[in-house]
Amino acid sequence: MTVFSAIAVLCALAACLTALLLIAEHFFANYGDCTISINDGEKELTMRGGASLLSSLGEEGVFIPSACGGRGSCGFCKCKVESGGGPVLPTELPYLNQAELEDQTRLSCQIKVKEDLRITIPSELLSVRQFDVIMEKFTALTHDIAGMRFALPGGEEISFKAGQYMQLVSPPYGEVHEETSRAYSIASPPSDDSAIDLIIRRVPNGIVTTYAFDYLKEGDNAKLVGPFGDFYLRDTENECIFIAGGSGLAPFRSMLFDMIDKGIKRRTTFFFGAVRVRDLYYAEELEAIAREHDWFSYVPALSGDEDNHTYERGLITDVVDRYCDTLDHHEGYLCGSPGMIDACIRVLTDNGMPEERIFYDKF
Amino acid sequence: MEIADIHPVVILFAAITTDNILLTRFLGMCPFLAVSKSLRSAFGLGAAVIFVLTCTTVLNHFLYHNVLVPYNLAYLQYIAFIIIIAAFVQIVEMAIERLSTSLYMALGIFLPLITVNCAILGGSLFMVSRKYTLLQSAGFGFGSGLGWMIAILAMAGIREKMKKRAKVIPQLEGPGIALIIAGIMALAFTGFTGILRIS
Repeated sequence: MTVFSAIAVLCALAACLTALLLIAEHFFANYGDCTISINDGEKELTMRGGASLLSSLGEEGVFIPSACGGRGSCGFCKCKVESGGGPVLPTELPYLNQAELEDQTRLSCQIKVKEDLRITIPSELLSVRQFDVIMEKFTALTHDIAGMRFALPGGEEISFKAGQYMQLVSPPYGEVHEETSRAYSIASPPSDDSAIDLIIRRVPNGIVTTYAFDYLKEGDNAKLVGPFGDFYLRDTENECIFIAGGSGLAPFRSMLFDMIDKGIKRRTTFFFGAVRVRDLYYAEELEAIAREHDWFSYVPALSGDEDNHTYERGLITDVVDRYCDTLDHHEGYLCGSPGMIDACIRVLTDNGMPEERIFYDKF
Repeated sequence: MEIADIHPVVILFAAITTDNILLTRFLGMCPFLAVSKSLRSAFGLGAAVIFVLTCTTVLNHFLYHNVLVPYNLAYLQYIAFIIIIAAFVQIVEMAIERLSTSLYMALGIFLPLITVNCAILGGSLFMVSRKYTLLQSAGFGFGSGLGWMIAILAMAGIREKMKKRAKVIPQLEGPGIALIIAGIMALAFTGFTGILRIS
């Protein structure tokens, strides 16, 4: 008898407290409908308050780049919050410098939507979307680099600037329990708007590359978010120096096809650094472009000690240095590893290229 | 004098001074040491403790004497008291997050940890063992909370002043010197002992 009354009393107590908590939640945690005004009213979203700014925007189809998924550990999801964000939180401070603090920059994953907000984000983010794509074709380009073509669902199109990147989202698989995303540059031109080509280099034990190489098969569904990035051809008359290593070729392939599509005939030299002949890919395609268009030249540089080829020999930096004398009317575009990019920036500036004319995408 | 004859207001004042739950019983020490670095967050946490301690002591008194004792379930007092405390802390957490985000962030983990703050459960258990009436329990709960808040405010004030003026030897900085201050404060409070008897 005591056992039953004990259970009954505890259950009744728990039920009363649950009801009390629900009432309190309705009263305190109900922030009603909040309106987020983006870029001075360019877009207005109305949603129920209570979630983080990052996830609220994501649910409405506005994707701010984030690598950690809203845990406040990557510092990528910055945006300018003009009103309604409340005070800057201690969790944001490590990621914001003095200039950003004065400029009202905040981490969108740490802000809770409690009232109407006015925010400013780069306008190209408004065209960022999530695409449920199908992996159409897998092409092994070298021993560790592959081209993957993703078809958009029927009727959908993507608009992007040549040089921008997409985030490939890998679902939980095997030992990996969390959704993870990594950035890959688009290798296809904007005119090819019903599919997206990515060039991916296999990173040993990389979460997303392992998924892309070992789990994702032709015909499978995949998730891409984008386009992101401010690495694209600037609208000037300057001669272009493109420098890439490894899978950094991707944005330049997109830019080259885009230049051909648009009839842009700026003098362009593309230096591609690799170690051995087997590391070169798309070489025939690029050589064909160089034969057809006299404004373009393709200069692969091999740093290995093989002697069975006629390409340039030596480190990419030495080859660029040999080819260029004064670079005062040139623009540099670099894509590759941070070490390669830093070394190339030094070579370009030493040869007279102003630093503000060097654009790069480090990965 | 029987306990039942003591006026609730007397119990309230005794709980603040002679029977200060923090400085004479040393209950609720961890947030006392951890959140006493600034007056503002000490005040916020103190206010939260007053609210939770007062409400839960009264509710637990009602529950104990009207439900648990009649059904011979007094042995369930710990679990029942803790459930009520946990629910109230949840409500306080929601309210603070709504009203002041910066205070919510400043209190951090210590806000949900009020649930396992020994002072709160201690308040309810003293109320049972000393056989207080409902009004006496309300006075005791509110007084204990206020006493706890006064103690943590005094501690935060001393630490803020010391940060500006005092030169503490490096080995004692932080929790070391805080414990020494707590000891001296407790010594001062033992001076009140015996003036008021409530147990």
